Amino acid sequence: MSDASATAASVSDGAPAPMRTRLDRLLEAVLPPLVALLVSIVAGDLLILAVGQSPGAVYRLMLEGTWGNAYGFGQVLYKTTTLVCTGLAVAVGLRAGLFNIGAEGQLAAGGLGAALAGLALPASTSGLVAVPLCTIAAMCAGGAVGFVPGVLRAKWGAHEVITTIMLNFIVLALLSWMLSTGLRVPETLHTQAVHAGALPRLSAWWSGFHGSAANGSIAIVLFAALLADVYLFRTRGGFELRAVGLQPDASENAGIDVGRTWIRALTISGALAGLGGINFVLGYEHYYEEGFATGAGFLGIAVALVGRSNPFGVVLAALFFATLSQGGLAINALVPKQMVDALQGVVILAMAASVPEVRRLLASTRRSVR
Amino acid sequence: MTHPASGAPAVRMTHIAKRFGDCQALRDASLEVMPGEIHALVGENGAGKSTMMRILAGIHAPDAGTVEVFGRDVTGWTAAQAIDASVGMVHQHFMLVPTLTIAENVILGREPVRGLAIDMARAQREVEEAAARSGFRMNVHRYVRELSVGEQQRVEILKTLVRGARVLVLDEPTAVLSPPEVEELWRVLRALRDDGGTIILITHKLDEVTEISETITVMRAGRTVARFPTAGTSPAAIARAMVGRDVVLAGDVPHDHARSAVAAPVAAPALEVRNLVVAGERRARAVDDVTFAVAPGEILGIAGVEGNGQSALIEAIVGLRRAQSGEIRIAGTDVTSMSLREREARGLAHIPEDRQRRGLVLDFSVADNLILGRQRAYEHGGVLDRVRILADARAAIALADIRPPDPTLPVRALSGGNQQKIVIARALAREIVVLIAAQPTRGVDVGAIELIHARLRAARDAGTGILLVSAELSEILALSDRVAVMYGGRIVAIVPRAEASEASLGPLMTGATGS
Repeated sequence: MSDASATAASVSDGAPAPMRTRLDRLLEAVLPPLVALLVSIVAGDLLILAVGQSPGAVYRLMLEGTWGNAYGFGQVLYKTTTLVCTGLAVAVGLRAGLFNIGAEGQLAAGGLGAALAGLALPASTSGLVAVPLCTIAAMCAGGAVGFVPGVLRAKWGAHEVITTIMLNFIVLALLSWMLSTGLRVPETLHTQAVHAGALPRLSAWWSGFHGSAANGSIAIVLFAALLADVYLFRTRGGFELRAVGLQPDASENAGIDVGRTWIRALTISGALAGLGGINFVLGYEHYYEEGFATGAGFLGIAVALVGRSNPFGVVLAALFFATLSQGGLAINALVPKQMVDALQGVVILAMAASVPEVRRLLASTRRSVR
Repeated sequence: MTHPASGAPAVRMTHIAKRFGDCQALRDASLEVMPGEIHALVGENGAGKSTMMRILAGIHAPDAGTVEVFGRDVTGWTAAQAIDASVGMVHQHFMLVPTLTIAENVILGREPVRGLAIDMARAQREVEEAAARSGFRMNVHRYVRELSVGEQQRVEILKTLVRGARVLVLDEPTAVLSPPEVEELWRVLRALRDDGGTIILITHKLDEVTEISETITVMRAGRTVARFPTAGTSPAAIARAMVGRDVVLAGDVPHDHARSAVAAPVAAPALEVRNLVVAGERRARAVDDVTFAVAPGEILGIAGVEGNGQSALIEAIVGLRRAQSGEIRIAGTDVTSMSLREREARGLAHIPEDRQRRGLVLDFSVADNLILGRQRAYEHGGVLDRVRILADARAAIALADIRPPDPTLPVRALSGGNQQKIVIARALAREIVVLIAAQPTRGVDVGAIELIHARLRAARDAGTGILLVSAELSEILALSDRVAVMYGGRIVAIVPRAEASEASLGPLMTGATGS
């Protein structure tokens, strides 16, 4: 908390014109989730007391089941990987002033894209070739799904909140149909295992992770988060994307093609969500299975909001929500698992209420087009 | 003198005051309208004309003062009572049901019934008779959604007449009409007056006032400041009463008149606009056949009451809005079909009238806003050169005296004047041929105004052609070498600065001698 007041002071008094360093930005990204965490711990105490348990015991159990042992931590990392992707997807959309609620469908499409690429490649393909190809296929599939609402918004003004939600149903149904027409192994809801492109589990390097789903895709995803940060804050494309998100009228006056920027943003957003598909398909089960994406798209909205649409913030927020999710399983013996869902809701509300940027981003998505 | 019914004024409002929240809309306003006259109530926007009439029509109750209609004290009556007592108001925004016919709209709320059903035959007959009596030519079976704006207005008038209106109030009736429709309206109003009707016309267009009214009451800042017969007064006199005598006039502002002679166009004009037509939203043409040229090293000021097509003109010139027809040239090159960026590449710069919406990204830093629109010049392989952006920003901050001098502060944290300095610094940061400066000092403190004016003059002296659009006549007169007046989407006059004064431009701005 003392950190918070220190940064606030250094930004506001401004006498020696302090530069906003990378550290400042990191602190800005980290502090709100910490505050949100504090609020939700208090709220959690009340909830736990309400069901007649001791908060201390429940939290201890939760920590033991997540960060307390290698298996639990591996599961947290596995869940984090997917949430980073959907969180980044929503974050990039929000930076462009767009609310992408379609990460769920984009993630699923990315999964099938990775699986199809892995099935098409011969088994002898080197991982150095197969993994990038399958990853690109996942991003292309997700990006294609994101491209559609981008065009609908840019050309006809169809609001992306509506189109991305609706597209979720269409895409999930389409994937289900594709699976049922020859792709699936009979009597199951999944494809055959990929021939090439499978990523090793982390337990291959350290046996402590044994049994957990954590795998090499986390490295690819963290690299993507780094690239997203560079793109948003270092490149001209990101500059224009953020300008359009904050003030489309001024951007238009500056010669930026607002419609094209929207299309670009939602395509990148979809590609980032699609990237998450490799975590399950290449890293965990090695096949595409219907329903693997369930819940991760919508949780991505929470991750982006808590992460303040900042890629590093998104990584930390994803870690936090993954911990909550895994911890929910661990404390099942003491309290109902739904309590964790309630806690997630509390975190999101705390963020939405405390951070003006989040409120403004939400408000800006309500602005009608042109 | 006040009480007898015979010879009493049709309307007599005395010492009316009305406050809405923090806004004192009316203070001591009085109005007297005789039966059988067309009375014009004129004044600038916000002078209190509409509020005055809404009190007469029973929509608002006055805080103080009395309202008499045909000698009867009706202060604080309701709208229903006003209608019953034959005061009818035609609002700026029509209140008609598009999916009903003319006859159905007219009888709405007072339908003749037979048993439980509406007696439509009788309704139509009544409405047709009323229309014929008032000289309206209309087929009462038509649906309102098919009607032109002028026809809809006539239905509104008919509505009030059928309800027995003897005092008819029209709020800015010509704002939405084309010239032939205006003529038709005048014909109808004269017929009503000749029939003994009393008409009160709210307007701010002086040519209308002199054409149609017998008596004029002028309002300013919530007061009625003058009342005179139309015959024997001049538009200039009305304009002076509307604006007020105590306004700072052109003579107070230092200006180098000698310059005007130098600025004769010799080379290709910096900006040339020829027969430009821009489609509007409500009116058919927001910009209607506009032609002018700005020479290099000249400031052409466009004066005019806001909303007369200036915004559409600017947006068409900079490339934010399509021109319907006509031609725009920058330094001789036809740019009419070019994008905004291509126009900027040919030397166009723009200071937008709404800087917080069009000019700045408020949550971006000062440095980022200073390069907005020129970000391509700072990229290497897609990545922005942060070091150079900050160095250039520091230089620009020093040059334009932007305070506080911190390139990393979000622009939102700066005052309006310093925000505007950023917009202007950005526009003048590169070699340009022509600058479009729209309301460059709006909402800016006095010190910043001086600085901004100095920068515009310096740019002019360096050879830039400047098109200055401002609602502040004093600003136009302080900076311009020539002054154009825009009214109703047209340039109604272009005069050298030496021949321009607040007194000579005022009537032009209100369209007094516009056509």
